[in-house]
Amino acid sequence: MSGGVDSAVAAARAVEAGHEVVGVHLALSRMPGTLRTGSRGCCTVEDSMDAQRAANIIGIPYYVWDFSERFKLDVVDDFIAEYAAGRTPNPCMRCNEKIKFAALLEKALALGFDAVCTGHYASIVTDDDGNRELHRASAWAKDQSYVLGVLTKEQLAHSMFPLGDTPSKAEVRAEAAERGFSVANKPDSYDICFIPDGDTRGWLGERVAPETGDILDREGNKLGQHEGAVAFTVGQRKGLSIGTPAADGKPRFVLEVRPVSNTVVVGPKEALAIKEIAGTKYTWAGRAPEHPEIEFACDVQIRAHADPEPAVAQVISVPADPTATPPTEAHTELRILPTEPLTGVAPGQTAVVYVGTRVLGQCTIDRTVSAVPVTPIDDVAVPVPADSATINA
Amino acid sequence: MSLQFDHAYLDHAATAPMLPAAITAYAEAMSVVGNPASIHSQGQNAKRMLEEARERVAASVHSDPIEIVFTGSGTESVNLAIKGLYWARAPRTRILVPGGEHHATVDTVEWLAHQEGARVQWIPLDALGRIDLAALEAAIAENPEDVALVTLLAANNEVGTLQPVEEVAALAAAAGIPVHVDAISAYGHVPIDFAALHAVGVSALSVSAHKIGGPVGIGALVLSRTATVVPLIHGGGQQRQVRSGTQDVAAAVSFAVAATAMTADLEAENRRLSLLRDAVIAGVQSAVPSAVYNGDPDPAGRLCGNAHFTFPGCEGDSLLFLLDVAGVSVSTGSACQAGIPEPSHVLRAMGRSEAEARSALRITLGRTSTQADVDALISALPAAWAQAIGAGMADTAPRAYT
Repeated sequence: MSGGVDSAVAAARAVEAGHEVVGVHLALSRMPGTLRTGSRGCCTVEDSMDAQRAANIIGIPYYVWDFSERFKLDVVDDFIAEYAAGRTPNPCMRCNEKIKFAALLEKALALGFDAVCTGHYASIVTDDDGNRELHRASAWAKDQSYVLGVLTKEQLAHSMFPLGDTPSKAEVRAEAAERGFSVANKPDSYDICFIPDGDTRGWLGERVAPETGDILDREGNKLGQHEGAVAFTVGQRKGLSIGTPAADGKPRFVLEVRPVSNTVVVGPKEALAIKEIAGTKYTWAGRAPEHPEIEFACDVQIRAHADPEPAVAQVISVPADPTATPPTEAHTELRILPTEPLTGVAPGQTAVVYVGTRVLGQCTIDRTVSAVPVTPIDDVAVPVPADSATINA
Repeated sequence: MSLQFDHAYLDHAATAPMLPAAITAYAEAMSVVGNPASIHSQGQNAKRMLEEARERVAASVHSDPIEIVFTGSGTESVNLAIKGLYWARAPRTRILVPGGEHHATVDTVEWLAHQEGARVQWIPLDALGRIDLAALEAAIAENPEDVALVTLLAANNEVGTLQPVEEVAALAAAAGIPVHVDAISAYGHVPIDFAALHAVGVSALSVSAHKIGGPVGIGALVLSRTATVVPLIHGGGQQRQVRSGTQDVAAAVSFAVAATAMTADLEAENRRLSLLRDAVIAGVQSAVPSAVYNGDPDPAGRLCGNAHFTFPGCEGDSLLFLLDVAGVSVSTGSACQAGIPEPSHVLRAMGRSEAEARSALRITLGRTSTQADVDALISALPAAWAQAIGAGMADTAPRAYT
């Protein structure tokens, strides 16, 4: 129970469904703030008190479990390391993967509980053979199945999402008010919980030493200098400070962040279009496809609030590459080919694969292929399919 | 949820159940109107009740009544003593304090360090939790002139180790340094003779009513006539100008009832608690042979109601949860901010590892404790321990879902 309205209502519904419920608040910081500020929705002492008051009203015991050390290692440090490596991680997914449905679930199972119940908007459907499937919430506007896409069959077997069939958040708030929860009108949280003022760039800047490096175009020509690659995100337009304008006069966007050489690659907006994404770290949410090596139709979603896009996906075998730096061993990866090129894709993001409303699985994106080959500027307006791959290591 | 629990209550060090007589006296006194500072006869009546209470509390610590300054809590008493002595002793800036003190002291001296430029010198504890007297002596000798005060617990609130208060006071007194003793956890278990302590150099001593069956919301600073402290609260000049504010007659009356009851049978009660404590130790060690008994193993060197253990490989808060579910209330002994558990800073100060400091369980007995409470603990412990071991330590990676 974070101290927010969703987990409070989820707990109350679980009690009414006949479960024996204990409220648990996760202590994720050794030095929590005292009062809630801005749009952060958890992790202060005030939030902990809000959670406890909701537990009191429901009539369930309430405890604070300390996962601050694991959270620091698995979520905060991972977030910093991913950024330092030029990727764009989603710390909320990492928290679900490593804390809520791993460290917390494991401790709960060991202490005699059967499941972790949260206020996520997602549904669990059991198929005819008793397999549990993860599906979108019935309220698509609030659907959070994307951030749960990392859950495996074993984790889903011990998960409950009582808010999955609620038509709207407004309804949850109304129910909370009816139940007498003081948090009924508590603002939604948007920011990353461990970055107090929401200034992600500033926060990262204090933790990743910025190093001056080159800004290159796609052909490798040096256009200028940056003061730290970590400050750039794929798709970013502002703050590039390139003196000379592009030959065609069009604005330039960040296409790639290369941490090893500390370079930022920029180019025209069209070059942001991605025709292929792939990741070696993939999981299946529930029952795995029988033949994942055979191409199958699906939808792919690349951000929490992005629309799903039609695609085909398959697991492919990648042979060892001793010439790569560092050399790679033979492995498999989940490769996704969107029907139309996607924009706003960056390595480190998670691609969640859906079939209808069902979450089939996910991968952390570790390489993308641009839909637009490196060509003379004049030809950019006429994109032609080519195999000129932009490989993000 | 019911307001009454059918639990075995083994957390008397956190707070003790109120004595029925103290509750009755509290309620009766609350129905009497009158500000003890008022001149009319109703005010005088309130004043009489207040001063009778002060006399009885003074008797419980062998001080003069004028030396009892009622406060709102033990923590306020500690703050008044430490900050008050510190400011009164300006420009001296050094504070000597043992490791493993209660947060009332730790946070107060750290605040003085950050806000007022105090230099806090932590005097090491030995493995039993006892202050290193040679280190204290050396710290004083560095420059006796710049030490504002020495403050220490009479008995550690987590592991129960008694401190050599007289020896500490003698070392400080030889250098003209005032000593504050936080006796909050010792009060009710160890006879306190403020007159004798003052004779060897103690200037101030803190106690609290709710640890001995009185109400929460009132404590006292026993402050020698000759000690000067700068007040924290200014106003009407009540209580020697040291602690302004309308005095809480009803709480003082209730406090006095508990203090009198406590002193009346302290020795007999201590003998009873020692036997129960021995039953806890024997029971825990037989149920969980790997459990480590912490603090001074010599019964003469610790609080008689305290049994403190570490359970290697278990999170203290897992055990606490499982025992709670089984109807037994204990403590991890660590400070809590809104229930957020921390590794025990006391065990850390005693040289124990972070993992050990997370594995602690404090079992504390008091006036209402019975053999049935101990039996409840010992019968619930084996299953709770086995399950807590299975849950592992919070700083280790989860096994199943990585």
